Amino acid sequence: MASTSEHAPHTDTGIKLPVLKREKLILNDRSYHWITDRICGIIENRQPFLWWLLFIPSALIALIGVGGGLVHLVSTGVGIWGNTNRVMWGWPIVNFVFWIGIGHAGTLISAILFLTRQNWRTSINRAAEAMTIFAVMCAGIFPAFHVGRVWFAWFLAPIPNANAIWQNFKSPLLWDVFAVSTYFTISLIFWFLGMVPDLATIRDRCKPGLRKILYGIFALGWRGGNRQWSHYEMAYLLLAALSTPLVLSVHSVVSFDFATSVVPGWHTTIFPPYFVAGAIFGGFAMVLTIMVPARFIYGLQDLITMKHIDNMAKIILLTGTIVGYAYLMELFVAFYSGAIYEMDAFKFRIAGPYWWAYACMMSLNVLSPQVFWFKACRENLWVVMIVAMCVNVGMWFERFVIIVTTLARMWLPGDWKTFSPSPQDQMLFVGTIGLFLMLFLLFLRFLPCINIAEVKWAKTESDPHFEDNEAHSDDGAEEIPAYQKELAESKG
Amino acid sequence: MSTTRKRVYGYLAEFKSASALYKAAEKVRDAGFRKWDCYTPYPVHGLDAAMGLKRSILPWFVFFGGVTGCATAFALAYSTQVLIYPTVVQAKPTNIFTVPAFFPIMFELTILFSGFTVLFGLLGLIQLPRLNHPLFASKQFHRATDDGFFIAIEARDAKFNPDVTRNMLAEIGGENIELVEEED
Repeated sequence: MASTSEHAPHTDTGIKLPVLKREKLILNDRSYHWITDRICGIIENRQPFLWWLLFIPSALIALIGVGGGLVHLVSTGVGIWGNTNRVMWGWPIVNFVFWIGIGHAGTLISAILFLTRQNWRTSINRAAEAMTIFAVMCAGIFPAFHVGRVWFAWFLAPIPNANAIWQNFKSPLLWDVFAVSTYFTISLIFWFLGMVPDLATIRDRCKPGLRKILYGIFALGWRGGNRQWSHYEMAYLLLAALSTPLVLSVHSVVSFDFATSVVPGWHTTIFPPYFVAGAIFGGFAMVLTIMVPARFIYGLQDLITMKHIDNMAKIILLTGTIVGYAYLMELFVAFYSGAIYEMDAFKFRIAGPYWWAYACMMSLNVLSPQVFWFKACRENLWVVMIVAMCVNVGMWFERFVIIVTTLARMWLPGDWKTFSPSPQDQMLFVGTIGLFLMLFLLFLRFLPCINIAEVKWAKTESDPHFEDNEAHSDDGAEEIPAYQKELAESKG
Repeated sequence: MSTTRKRVYGYLAEFKSASALYKAAEKVRDAGFRKWDCYTPYPVHGLDAAMGLKRSILPWFVFFGGVTGCATAFALAYSTQVLIYPTVVQAKPTNIFTVPAFFPIMFELTILFSGFTVLFGLLGLIQLPRLNHPLFASKQFHRATDDGFFIAIEARDAKFNPDVTRNMLAEIGGENIELVEEED
């Protein structure tokens, strides 16, 4: 009896609804060796001209903007920034929140999509995680130098010091120190551990020499034995499980910097989810911004398919709509609270001298992603790129609106001030964009930008029971789900 | 004195696919071998069971790592904020009732310590870093990280026999069977 129950009983009632076939994640039935070759080839071959065309300017911008900018800043003093007594957070913290938010998509892809078994993540998780790490590095520059005298930044760490003063553990600013540094460390561990088997692949392809030694050291001597894989998979699962609440906590803690203060426009409970959704939204836009060109330049169309881009566009649409809801809910709560200061803060945001920042935020973040309701827009890479760029800019404006417009109009009219960034402010921000691109290009040059092992794993024939299924296949097309069987039986 | 003495590490056999490897692994397991392993370019689903491996004990390490992190954060915050350097800020008390304000850092350090335990626990369990290994001497083993599926049975195993084991590997579908030796 056991053998007969394994096969679905045939129903002859005529109900045969078509079952959608699962879309393939890797196109053209590429072999394992093709995957290895294509991804390792990026590292082993000469870089395309376009790589140099992007790398040299980014490196120069990073050198002048971040290197030169910080030397100038430290040797002169933070007075050269546009920050004032009132708008004391100003531009640097806008940039900090912007960059830290970018990172969130990487962890979402690597951790949350892993836990929810979204196998399409395998083609994009490595690059997205790299992006996380580089974005957090860019973010870290701003608060470290914003403390004023950067050589005292170690005061942030809870270690005994000559003043016998201890950090205030009740302050969201210290929470932030712990949240961001933990986030960076865990992301780095996740990224590195995920890369070990792929580094071993590169090691095994290298000719003996310095390259082989260096890749060999970072591959830790990985052999790909199942006694290693078994623990490794558990470690990966644990890191995913740890990173999931972590990523949600990081931007929540960042939002606490604002929400725990008694400032109209900041003191709202919606901030943590609103910031997290915004971070994921902005992060996915950045993933698209860098992956769509990289996919094209390195010919990775079979690995990062239109399906991936479609999925990311849908996530941008979803999170963008959540962000839009948060914007409107903020306004509604300000109105419904009846608190005049809260209402004035929002009136000022919409119709004050910074109305253009609010308008940019609303149109770029809420309206522009709405085109992704249409399949044609999700399939047109130009539209995708334009929307992604809109979101990148829009999310920067969101932070500008939250920080600058709020601080410029606080409780005392005597304090009111209009903020304008100094050239040094702008130089440092542009410098971090250069730094981010430079680091990402170096990553593409030296490290496997797609998770080779996981992409192989995602192929259908990687399942050890694949051949058994092939032997007595049901063709997939006539597969009848259980509920339809019930339906058929009840009718018959 | 130059010696060319070599010690046998074991047999390395290639299998043509993940399915073939899976079936072969079940047979090696049932033959009672202990010191052997399957080498694959990606983690093959279900191979743990086919090899008779137990579930990894890593989560236990990580649990204690996380508890340590949480306790460390609490001890740090409580000792500095309540015992050593009590300061009234934001109208928050300077006694045990201020604990909710410590939760974010307790959470972060729980994650941080757990993350480090995952890293070092994993490296301990899989005995890496170990940059050299007898298998790296094999001419075909480099394909284990590309598209090769291998089983290696070590000579240290009590059931190992140069002829019988070789025949068994051939019987269960092994190809390119190679005797891997390491320099003594």
